[in-house]
Parts: sequence; structure tokens; C-alpha cells
Amino acid sequence: MTALRRVTPQLLTLAALVALVTLFFPDFLRIEVVNGRLVGPIMDILKRGAPVGLLAVGMTLVIATRGIDLSVGTTMAITGAVAAWSITQGYGLGGALALALLAGVLAGLWNGTLVAIIGIQPIVATLILMTSGRGIAQLVTEGRILTFSHDGMAFFGSGDLLGIPAPALLWGLTAVAVALLMRRSALGMLIEAVGVNRAASALAGVNATVLLIAVYVASGLCAALAGIVATADIRGADANNAGLWLELDAILAVVIGGNSLLGGRFSIAASVLGALIIQTVDTGILLAGFPSEYNLVIKAGLVLVILVLQSPNLAHHWYALRRAAQARRERAMDTAKETGQ
Amino acid sequence: MLLTIRSLTKTFPGTKALDRVDFDLAAGEVHALLGENGAGKSTLIKCLTGAYERDEGVIALDGATVSPRSTSEAQELGIGTVYQEVNLLPNLTVAQNLTFGQEPTRFGMVDRRAQRRQAEAMLEGYGLDIDVGRDLSAYSVAIRQIIAIARAVALSGKVLILDEPTASLDAREVETLFDVVRGLRDRGLGIVFVSHFLDQVFELTDRVTVLRNGQKVTTERTADLDRVQLIEHMLGRALENEVVGHAKTHVAQDRPELLAFENFGRRGHVEPFDLTVGEGEVLGLAGLLGSGRTESAELMFGLAAAHSGGARDQSGALDLSSPRAAIAAGFGFAPEERKEDGIVADLSVRENIALALQARRGWARPVPRAEQLRLADEYIEKLDIRTSGPEQPIGDLSGGNQQKVVLARWLAMNPRFLILDEPTRGIDVGAHAEILRLIQQVTAQGMSILVISSELDELIAVADRVIVVRDRRHVAELTGSEITTDTIVRAIAAPGRDQAEASV
Ligand SMILES: Nc1ncnc2c1ncn2[C@@H]1O[C@H](COP(=O)(O)OP(=O)(O)OP(=O)(O)O)[C@@H](O)[C@H]1O
Ligand SMILES: [Mg+2]
Repeated sequence: MTALRRVTPQLLTLAALVALVTLFFPDFLRIEVVNGRLVGPIMDILKRGAPVGLLAVGMTLVIATRGIDLSVGTTMAITGAVAAWSITQGYGLGGALALALLAGVLAGLWNGTLVAIIGIQPIVATLILMTSGRGIAQLVTEGRILTFSHDGMAFFGSGDLLGIPAPALLWGLTAVAVALLMRRSALGMLIEAVGVNRAASALAGVNATVLLIAVYVASGLCAALAGIVATADIRGADANNAGLWLELDAILAVVIGGNSLLGGRFSIAASVLGALIIQTVDTGILLAGFPSEYNLVIKAGLVLVILVLQSPNLAHHWYALRRAAQARRERAMDTAKETGQ
Repeated sequence: MLLTIRSLTKTFPGTKALDRVDFDLAAGEVHALLGENGAGKSTLIKCLTGAYERDEGVIALDGATVSPRSTSEAQELGIGTVYQEVNLLPNLTVAQNLTFGQEPTRFGMVDRRAQRRQAEAMLEGYGLDIDVGRDLSAYSVAIRQIIAIARAVALSGKVLILDEPTASLDAREVETLFDVVRGLRDRGLGIVFVSHFLDQVFELTDRVTVLRNGQKVTTERTADLDRVQLIEHMLGRALENEVVGHAKTHVAQDRPELLAFENFGRRGHVEPFDLTVGEGEVLGLAGLLGSGRTESAELMFGLAAAHSGGARDQSGALDLSSPRAAIAAGFGFAPEERKEDGIVADLSVRENIALALQARRGWARPVPRAEQLRLADEYIEKLDIRTSGPEQPIGDLSGGNQQKVVLARWLAMNPRFLILDEPTRGIDVGAHAEILRLIQQVTAQGMSILVISSELDELIAVADRVIVVRDRRHVAELTGSEITTDTIVRAIAAPGRDQAEASV
């Protein structure tokens, strides 16, 4: 119940956006079954939104600890390159997935160590990998666009299961699994505690260092999944462009999800909805037929409106207005009673 | 009247913090604002200075209605404030903190030399020997408190508000502060003084206003009241046997030994000491601020690694290399700095109480929600924590109530050895007595407790043994009938006598 209330603003925003796009593009909500798979703008959004959605899951945890992970876009490039390279080397699907995920874990361990043990500020610590990581990815691809043809791998980009696109499934399942893990175990609360007050949490016996490293590893793993999806989608690894700027979309998704950059309380569901909102804006602008040069401006405008509407200040004013109205009503009743006597 | 407040009302979701409160402050008086934890004192101050937006009410300064919308607007009106939770900027220098918002400038740039001079002038008369060019974070809480006071004093042209300014000061610093306050009063300022130390209230103030549950109970001249009446006003009832002042009957008892620290020390923190802890014993740690009391506790709890010696219990040596290790060994530690090291502000009262328990069980085995709620309800009741419910964020509680939650966190762990650093700081008289009673109750069940306190009365009331710390050394150990204010004060002060007593 409270969980539903938490994501109400995001749900409302999404509904409003869908209504808006439908105005311009009436077929927006139409879903057809073609060759046993569901096809339509909505399915397209679910599929295209997968990378940012996956990144947002990990980013939510990092931000909950008062951190930030700027390296996820780059990690996508690295892990995508590793996956493509492994396939071309003939390690098979299992090997490729394992190595890509391992690369994601290593990226996370690197970030986590810099932040939790060495004590570098997260924004700086992850900037190191963000800027240097594409070089690593280029080393893996030897500077080329490394293409492959492997149906098993391609499944993660363009396959489908029970009619649903594989990337959408992967994204949804990851979000549900992580959210459940957080709330069914004590991880969620411990992460929030560390994010709000690391010193106090450590004094209470919380293993803050390990938790911090763990969230960066989780973020690396999510980036690896996103990297696999991106590589599988184009059947190749592009070290220069894979995941480019997606860290910013992921952060935006978390923020639209109403999670504070100051750490603490977090909601994975809300972040994932945030990612959906971003993708709906992106796709919606295209479908509505605006010239593509307007895309970024319209997107920026919409995001601004969404953030303003969700800002706590506005909520505060709203609360104050309601209280004032209530006080006026009470006073009116009092005077009514007095004059009645 | 210098300042009049009429019908001030402030509601938070779930709490009516102030209910049509009237308050008058005359020029040239020190006016105490008293009440239990959560009575609304800090809220009244914050509404007055515009830190909170009031729902209703009229504030007049010098006859003209005013409505400051922020602390800085209040300062422009001549109202200087020291809030309960010191809000200076630790990463700026002392001088920058002192002159913040009105830095002296020269050719449009901050004039560093003038800034230094100005800062040093502001601190004159407080007896501080510090370098105003260093970062504030280099200095202790007590010093930060004095800096906050000096800043507020300099900013207050008409009204000075002090919300529990003495909570972390020792007797000498309190005297210095009082001299400053008296000087300002004689200059015609109106001063509002919030404190839970009733002795200080009687010593310093001219009038008292008491709040209870957000309502004004009374305003009277301090001289017309006695301690018992004052407490009755605050609690709305008489306080059955106030523990403070009624010393424990100190009989030196032979207790089975629980723990022993041997040659335990760390260079620069505290010199090696030996200490045994008996089962169910209450140890007191007395000494001036900065004497090494907190450092001793931090060493025992693994916050800093010991350079020498170690600890053992019946079954062998203990690992105290980190707080987690210390907790695994059955230790607990409620720190002095509740805001920085104690509370996790955004989390609820329930989660704050369950936090240490959860950390000990590990992430994979969550404390069932029903169990968390049971604990929360139990301690809300036991410690009389004023909250709108177990789900209220702890950051929204009043200062004293936050302190109670931190205590509850450790009591819920049921450790065998609990270290309490200034456990009653900011806690009202009623709850104070309650907490001392609770200490006696849990030790009767076998828990051993180390209490660090600047209030000697408190140590005398609960401790079976008092260790005196001076200059980072444990210099004396008092037991039984030796535990009196007199002997403790002498042991704290005694210069040059440490050789004879250093046998501890
Ligand atoms: N920001 C807030 N949000 C919600 N409730 C609040 C907030 N601030 C204070 N309260 C509530 O208002 C009441 C009065 O709190 P206040 O801090 O004024 O107490 P106080 O008299 O200063 O107590 P103490 O002696 O413990 O400092 C408390 O019940 C507290 O829980
Ligand atoms: Mg207060």
C-alpha cells in the first residue's frame, strides 16, 4: 500500500505522458501479435528502455549510499566488448556471458575499493573508470567494431520469449529480483542506513565498507547486463559508442524516481518507472513526428516539468495550502458555533 | 516588552508542537524556557527565527510586528540564535565560520587579515586558545559550541537565544558563558535560555516560562519558585524520588569478574591502563572534557586500535579491533555525538532501534517486522519517547527524544558490557531519573555498564566505582564511600598528585 503510494507520482507522470503521446499518435497503445510476438510502440519502449532500466537498478543502490556511478556507460562498452570478443574467440554463449559479468564485477570492485577503502569521493572515483574505460574497451576490440554472428547471443538483443522481447524480460526480471532481495532481506535498510549516516551505522555494527563495495559491484553487474543487451542488439561491440552518455540517463531515471541524491530511502520500482518515463519521452517525440532536431529540447523541457512537479518544495507548499484551508474551515465552524449560541 | 509572542501555533503531521503559546521577553532579562523533551522549546525558537514557518501567531519586536523568514533575516532584526544542534560548517575555518555572511571585504575581495582580526576579537573573553585560521573540524564539540555562541552573541543586537548551550560544556566553560550572558543582559539585551540543568536555571535566569505538550503552563519569576515546583510545572506531576542527589549506598562489593583490560592504551589517545569490570557493575568515568574519557571508550569499542595491551574475559583474549568485533564480543557503545555518530536521521524510530540488532544478525536474516515493532513499542513506553509513532523519522524527534532512541538501540541488544558516553545529555529531569533507574535495573540483571559523564551527581548516583581521567591517564579509582563530589573534584583537579595515585 505504502509502496504504491511511493510510486504514485511516477505512475501519474507516465500516464500523463502516454495520454499526451496518444494525442499526437493515436496508435501509440496498439499492440499486435505478429508471428507469435507482441509488436507495437509500447513493446518498443520496453525493449529500447532496457539498457537505461538495467543501469537505473544498480544506480539506485549506489545513490542510496550517497554515491554516484559515472562509469556505468563505459562499463557497458567494456562488458559488451568482452562479450563480443569471447564469442568471436569461440568461448560459446556461457563463456561470453560469464566473462562479461566478471568484467562488470571487476569494474564494480575497482570503483567500490576507491570509494569505500581509499575514501575517494564517488563522483571522482567513478570518473576515473568513466574516462579510461573506453580505452580498455578499445584494447579488447583492438580498435575495430567487433562483429559476430551467434544466434544465442543475439537472443539477448532481439529475441523474444512468450512473445515478449528478451531485453524487456531481462530488465523486468532484474528489477523485480533486486527489489525483492532488498526488501525481503535486511539489505535495503542497511544500505539506507549507510547512505544517511555512515559513521553512525558503522558504530552500530553495520559493515559499511563491504556494503559500499557491494553496491558498486551490483551497479557493475547491471551495467554488464546492459552491455550484453546493447552488444547483442547490434551483433557487435562498438567501444566508442556503446552506452555513451547512458550514465546520465540512468541518474536521471533515479532522480525522476524521486530518490534523493543525498542518499537514504530508495525505491527501485520508482527508478525503473523513471527509466520508462525517459524512454517514453524519447520514443514519443519520434512517434509524434517532431523534427528530430527538436528532440533534445523537448526532452529537456519535459524532464524539467516532471522534476518541478515532483519537487519536495512544491509538496511542502501544497501541504501548507491545505493546512491553511483547513484552519480557515475550522475557524468558520467556530464562529458559526459561537453565533449559533 | 522587547519581544512579545502571541498565540503561536505550529503543527507537524501527527503532532501539535505549539498550541497558542504566548511568550514575553523584557530587555535586560535572562528568560528560561523550560519543559520536557518534546515540549516544544526548540520549535518555539525556530518559529521565532523563521527557521520554521509558523501556522499562526503574532511576533512583535520593540512593538512592531516582525515576521523573519529565515535565520539571517532574524539576525538582521537583531536576533542571534544558537540552535540545539550546532550548525556551523566544519570544512570552513573558525574565522570563516565566525564572520560568515558578513566577511570584511577590501576591493571586493574577502580581506583575510581583517577577517582573522575580527574573529579573534569575537572570541576574546571566552578564554579559548585556538587558531582561527584552522578548519573548525579540528576542534572539539565544546569548542565548536563556544564558537557558535560567540557568533550569535556578536550578531544579536537585541535578542540572544541559546538552545541548550551548556549541554557539552564543562563547569569552567559554563561559568565563562554565564559571565558573557550577564554582561549582555546588563547591556539591555533580552536573552532566552533553554536548559535541562535546573541549577543553571536558578543561577542565571530572572524569569521562567514552562511549556508542556506544546502549551504554555506558566511564566514566573525564578526567585519565586523552588526546584520541586518547577519540576511539577514541567512534568505536570511530582517527581517521585529524583535519583540525582540521592547517592547510591556505596558498599564495595565483590563481584565476579567479567572483563579485564590490561596495559590497554594507544599513543596520543590514552596512556595504557588496567581496568577490571565486574558482572553487573556500574563504572563511572569522570574527568574534564578532552581528558581522555571518550578516547578510553573509543579504544575499548575498537574505534581506534590499541597500541599496547589487550582485553580478556573468562574464556580468553577478546578481539576488539573494530566496532563489529567489539559488538561480537558483547560490547555496546552509545556515543556522545548523537547527531553525527548516533542517529540515522531519515530512518524511522523503529529502524533506528533495530539497527544494531540487525547488523549483528547479518543482512540475510532480517529482524521480523513484528519483532521490530514490539521492540520499538517497548522502548517508546519504557523511555517515554515522545513520537507520533514507531514510523516517524528519528530526525523529526526533539533532541532529547533522539538521545533516548539511541539508548534504546543498545539496550535492545542486551550487551554484556555497555559503554554510555554522556547518556543523559539533553534529557529532561523526568527522563533523567528514568534512565538512571533503568541503568540500575539492567545491571541488576547482570549487564555491566561504563558511564562517562560530566555530571558528577549522576556518577555518584549510579556508579559502584569511579575512574578519574586526567591528561589522558587514568589517575584515580574511587570505590564505596570514597565516591563523593568532593573526592572526585579533587582527583580531577589535583596537580602533581598523580604520582601517588597513578597506581591504577
Ligand atoms: N521537523 C519536524 N517534523 C515533525 N515533528 C517535529 C519536527 N520538529 C519537531 N517535531 C515535534 O515537535 C515536538 C516538539 O519538539 P521540540 O524539538 O520543539 O522539543 P524540545 O522542547 O526542544 O525538546 P528537547 O528538550 O528534547 O530538545 C516533538 O514532539 C517533535 O517530535
Ligand atoms: Mg530542543
